[in-house]
Amino acid sequence: MARTFTAHEGHHELHGITVVVETRGPELWVGRCHDIDATGVTLRDADVHRDGESGSARDAWLQRAAAVGVFPRHSRVLIPAGETVSVRRLVDLDSSC
Amino acid sequence: MPYSPLLVRPMREELLAAGFEELRTAEEVDRFMAERSGTALLVVNSVCGCAAGMARPGVRLALQQAPRPDRLVTVFAGQEVEATARARSYFADLPPSSPSMALFKDGALVWFLPRHRIEGRDALAVAEDLRAAFAEHCAVPA
Repeated sequence: MARTFTAHEGHHELHGITVVVETRGPELWVGRCHDIDATGVTLRDADVHRDGESGSARDAWLQRAAAVGVFPRHSRVLIPAGETVSVRRLVDLDSSC
Repeated sequence: MPYSPLLVRPMREELLAAGFEELRTAEEVDRFMAERSGTALLVVNSVCGCAAGMARPGVRLALQQAPRPDRLVTVFAGQEVEATARARSYFADLPPSSPSMALFKDGALVWFLPRHRIEGRDALAVAEDLRAAFAEHCAVPA
């Protein structure tokens, strides 16, 4: 079966993959990874959960994100490397978390 | 800026060859959605190779065996912007993503596969998800 696709050479291996970025602060980001380098993690079409501010509990917000994704409330965001605790693929999360 | 039609054409044809009808206007989407009986698979096609490169082969694999949806349609994100927006308006409580797939039964959305559940997977894995959805929602009772 012929495959048609566009390649993304020259980008980080997570380029184009939807990821969860945990930070040292109250913010938890979900978005499509554009790049990861010494400055931090750049996300496209991202949304954020802030402990104590967002309308839903962190686990519930993340559970819905794992099930259906997030609305692109931030077209582009850089999460500084010093603020980043972990970067994980969203699909790797148990949707019942 | 949309991708060149020449670049996109094989990506369209990959689904058209599998029996999909392409919806290029909002009116075509509305006409399709007005027909509520039976099952229908809507694929939001995409240029992106991170996910669409496996989504289309996955769809084609899944459709090689029964049960299958009664109707197959597609819109192309980033190409037919109006048609894609109208299609997404029928499941507006879900975040937009492309590629993605929506299965309707008698006009109701019964299953949805967002982009992040396609990314990085191979065509067979995508096909297995689709086949499970078809078995649950498209099988004709004995």
